Amino acid sequence: MKLMWFHLMPYTELPDDFREKHPSVWVDIHSSLFDPRRAHHMYNDFMDELEYAAECGFDAVCVNEHHSNGYGLMPSPNLIASSLARRTTDTAICVMGNSLALYNPPTRVAEEFAMIDVISGGRLIAGFPVGSPMDTCYAYGQNPSLLRERYLEAHDLVVKAWTEPDTFAFNGRYNQQRYVNIWPRPVQKPRPPIWIPGGGSIETWRWCAQMDHVYCYLSYYGYKAGQATMDGFWAEMDRLGKDRNPYHAGFLQFVGVAETREEAYKLYRDPAEYFYGRCLHIDPRFAGPPGYASEETQRRGIQGQVQQAAANTQRYETKFQMLAREMDAIVDKGYVIIGSPDEVADQIKTVAKSLNIGHLMMLLQFGNMSKDLAKYNTGLFAEKVLPQLRDVFSEWEDRWWPQPMQRAERAVLPSFEPRALAAE
Amino acid sequence: MTEPETSTVELNGFSCRVWKKGSGPKLGFLAGFGGLPRWIPFLDALARERTVIVPSLPGFPGGERGHSVLDNHLDWVLAAHRIVQLAGLDGADLAGSSVGGSLAAEIAAIWPASVRRLALIAPFGLFDEENPATDPWAQRAADLPGLLCADPARWEALKTEPEGQNSPEWPIEQTRAAEAAARIFWPLGNTKLEKRLPLIAAPTLLLWGEQDRIMPKSYADRFAKGIAGNSEIQVIPGAGHLAELDQPDAVAAAILAWTN
Repeated sequence: MKLMWFHLMPYTELPDDFREKHPSVWVDIHSSLFDPRRAHHMYNDFMDELEYAAECGFDAVCVNEHHSNGYGLMPSPNLIASSLARRTTDTAICVMGNSLALYNPPTRVAEEFAMIDVISGGRLIAGFPVGSPMDTCYAYGQNPSLLRERYLEAHDLVVKAWTEPDTFAFNGRYNQQRYVNIWPRPVQKPRPPIWIPGGGSIETWRWCAQMDHVYCYLSYYGYKAGQATMDGFWAEMDRLGKDRNPYHAGFLQFVGVAETREEAYKLYRDPAEYFYGRCLHIDPRFAGPPGYASEETQRRGIQGQVQQAAANTQRYETKFQMLAREMDAIVDKGYVIIGSPDEVADQIKTVAKSLNIGHLMMLLQFGNMSKDLAKYNTGLFAEKVLPQLRDVFSEWEDRWWPQPMQRAERAVLPSFEPRALAAE
Repeated sequence: MTEPETSTVELNGFSCRVWKKGSGPKLGFLAGFGGLPRWIPFLDALARERTVIVPSLPGFPGGERGHSVLDNHLDWVLAAHRIVQLAGLDGADLAGSSVGGSLAAEIAAIWPASVRRLALIAPFGLFDEENPATDPWAQRAADLPGLLCADPARWEALKTEPEGQNSPEWPIEQTRAAEAAARIFWPLGNTKLEKRLPLIAAPTLLLWGEQDRIMPKSYADRFAKGIAGNSEIQVIPGAGHLAELDQPDAVAAAILAWTN
């Protein structure tokens, strides 16, 4: 299986009374809480951590897109990814991803992703989320009634822009461009692998199957809450006559490893409670813009046949209120896997088999975790957990992994020595 | 309160429900935010003196998924006008509330012969940065009734599923109504209607709930200032944004007096 290192880039200094004094971490979070001079250090710490994870041997480093968000400081993950392309060598770069309907024209995404793919020598995984309601409809003002159609059309345009050799006219319902001809073109042929982070909608499962894209369930609620969604995905793949190749799926999981479980509990309690207490303090009024969830998804949510991540406002409100915010419950509900290296390896093996997921995206930095602790967690995982998991699913082929240029063909990166320091 | 006659008209492959009740000269009504999942006392009050005709707009209750093929404002305005024509309201008096009021104003502006006299209840369509309208699509479920009506129970009565129905289709229809409104008016409610107000020649009554917590009353002045024909503002005491729900008799009386 692939072990991937994911960063959300949370602002780490939200005040202790954040939940009492502020309505939401997202959309209308107050600018007075943001100190750019502190954020300077946060960004640089986070990028150090990503680079460290790559050095430690994780299969990929992952970044994602959020807007007006106190737990996600990457309005443009492409900026971070381009930096990673220069400061890593063999690690896949997973941008999870660009919300296609937010870009006008969407060929901007085709261009920027092609740039990252070319600079990195073909190491890009191209993630295309619809985007959360908070990011797309509220922070970016997109119409919830048009969002999915625009997203699907933009996807078709980007794929065509990557693969069509000649300049073409795109005559879409929402996008019309007379001359589509992107430069640069991606290294990976016919195009970089496309991964789709989605909620639990059956339409998304079917579409991923039809397009042969990886389906990713990126929830913050861990493997227990994710079981029903992944069961639904695989049941749908069975119905469609697809195989159960675990690499057709991705999943997000928080992990904290230490020498012992007790030690892990102590070390990761604060960052976990910070994340679930402050970072997921989201005003429910931003959760369910009408039209964001399809009527089919609403119908299933109302009938309760399938657990839906994006059903309707009421369900969102319930979800936020029911959320575990204290460490015992956080661990008990499976939001965060903690333990000694062997315990964590055993748990992940069980989870990977039970959810049947070949791409595990892990948050080893979360909440207000310091760089030191993030590096400890990352280093220990790489040294003692990762080797135990390498062979899981080795009987399956990962058809959705980047195909970079041969190492010998790729540019040699100079070691980095800041000039001012060198002169002293 | 007795039920109206129900028929349908077809547009773009979807059907739109048309309610009709009463006798006398025709008076059309285009419903507000949330649409009309059921007949309301306000329409009965109008039907006591007039033939009231109430066509559903696409995506609103009775309007199926007709909104799903309307991609821009031109599509919406053409659809609303066509439905008014198909419902037999061309040239008649026309009233509209909230989101429906905005489309009634568009019809009067672009097809002046289609509307004899016009009555608008707190229409959407403008946005004032100094005095922003409330965002009806970013509210906790429990807060919405009190924002749309002075008496939240009026909205609840409109939107509560009929007893014994217990179908997922009812809540889906109500969400669809909010989506259809969003499809036209997201994110600010501003369709640049202000540019077209000078084209409205029909005498126009502007009704505003005294407790409208969605559209500030100052918007009434901007409408009155922009409209070329005669206009008059009347404030309805004890009413919120959907004044016809809060004060059905007072709102109906004002519209009947204006269109007589």
